[in-house]
Amino acid sequence: IGSHNFKEICFFERNKSCKIYSLSFFFLLPASALTTGIYMIFSTNPEMATQEVQPNETLTNLKAESDTLKTKLEDERAKLHDVELHQVAEKVDGLGQFIMKTRRTLKGHGNKVLCMDWCKDKRRIVSSSQDGKVIVWDAFTTNKEHAVTMPCTWVMACAYAPSGCAVACGGLDNKCSVYPLSLDKNENLAAKKKSVAMHTNYLSACSFTNSDMQILTSSGDGTCALWDVESGQLLQSFHGHTADVLCLDLAPSETGNTFVSGGCDKKANVWDMRSGQCIQSFETHESDINSVRYYPSGDAFASGSDDATCRLYDLRADREVAIYSKESIIFGASSVDFSLSGRLLFGGYNDYTINVWDVLKGTRVSILFGHENRVSTLRLSPDGTAFCTGSWDHTLRIWA
Amino acid sequence: MVNSGGSFSKRCVNRWHRWQRIMSTNNISQARKLVEQLRIDAGIERTKVSKAAAEMMNYCEMHAHRDPLLVGLPTSGNPFKDQKPCIIL
Repeated sequence: IGSHNFKEICFFERNKSCKIYSLSFFFLLPASALTTGIYMIFSTNPEMATQEVQPNETLTNLKAESDTLKTKLEDERAKLHDVELHQVAEKVDGLGQFIMKTRRTLKGHGNKVLCMDWCKDKRRIVSSSQDGKVIVWDAFTTNKEHAVTMPCTWVMACAYAPSGCAVACGGLDNKCSVYPLSLDKNENLAAKKKSVAMHTNYLSACSFTNSDMQILTSSGDGTCALWDVESGQLLQSFHGHTADVLCLDLAPSETGNTFVSGGCDKKANVWDMRSGQCIQSFETHESDINSVRYYPSGDAFASGSDDATCRLYDLRADREVAIYSKESIIFGASSVDFSLSGRLLFGGYNDYTINVWDVLKGTRVSILFGHENRVSTLRLSPDGTAFCTGSWDHTLRIWA
Repeated sequence: MVNSGGSFSKRCVNRWHRWQRIMSTNNISQARKLVEQLRIDAGIERTKVSKAAAEMMNYCEMHAHRDPLLVGLPTSGNPFKDQKPCIIL
């Protein structure tokens, strides 16, 4: 991660009979090159000549082992798939009619709203838009409290700090910047800006961890990264996605140091924040995953995708347990969030609507209209009394 | 790094051989990473869907009563729902 144009990948290989130490360097050729890079091997081993035989053997062995492991995993997963979630949920009472309306409309952005986040005080909201504006609103009164103009367009990510004293945002500038919010309305926020994260492609999502001190980011360069806000230092990087990472969500604090990310490779990966290791991976979507959100208990997560479905993955069963889809829904889901108890799943879709799903039964409970263009972002308020949506129609709406 | 001795064709052949070794080693490292990831995946503990589903249902039921969007707070309890219209004194 960084603006270097080459990455170093070092690894040690120890063979039974001889020691082979190799370093491989990965150089990125100019864009005109057809190949993605040239590897060069330095070897201190005089038996280099025999490597032409050994690599092929090891490759076959590894392939055989990976095939056996894959079959073993499939068998194990199939054994545990004894029932469907909606079958178990048949004995649960159905939900009544839901009447949710737009209670507030926040107007002020001059272009598509791309992202928003709630403050822990349950009334302030930060939102970012395509024209580079980041606005902090008071959702009760719909007043704008702060406004910053970013030096780039398409600010795709924004997040409120847990303390409420700062906001982080980023987008096409490949960076995540933190702006401390001051009580003085006249103060120029842009002057105090701090660049924290540096990626080699656009920033797609960012989130503070439990404190103001660390930020987790995901990027179009296929990686996620954990940064220290004060020093701007990279604390941990997460490699594993094979395409742009579009979204991430941190596990609720009770369940520990993990987060889930979703990307254009149709995979949703669960990561251990301390080791950087991918602990679980799910690949059942048929298109880009635009949004992931943990279930309130932390034992499951939902995802929304361009394949027009939302899906629920249970982490302990290690599989997808529900699909929320209808034949009439053909547009992708851009963002999802759960209600406080986890019984309702709200999905914002590219057909301008919000679909409300019964998580347990798998049925749609309600459909909400109001936006005049695609819904790009959706978040539940911290106390669960309302949820906010942002849309390409330049407005944000609070629903309750 | 580049082999500058010998004829041009020999250098080309040497480079080709080096390229082949590089690509096969690249495939090996990828295969190794895949096997390591699969080993980790195979090692994690899994529960039956029935058990996981039951726990999820339990969680929903336990927290349903304090979910404002599910049970519906009275108008006075939800700051976003409209209060009585303002009376101008």
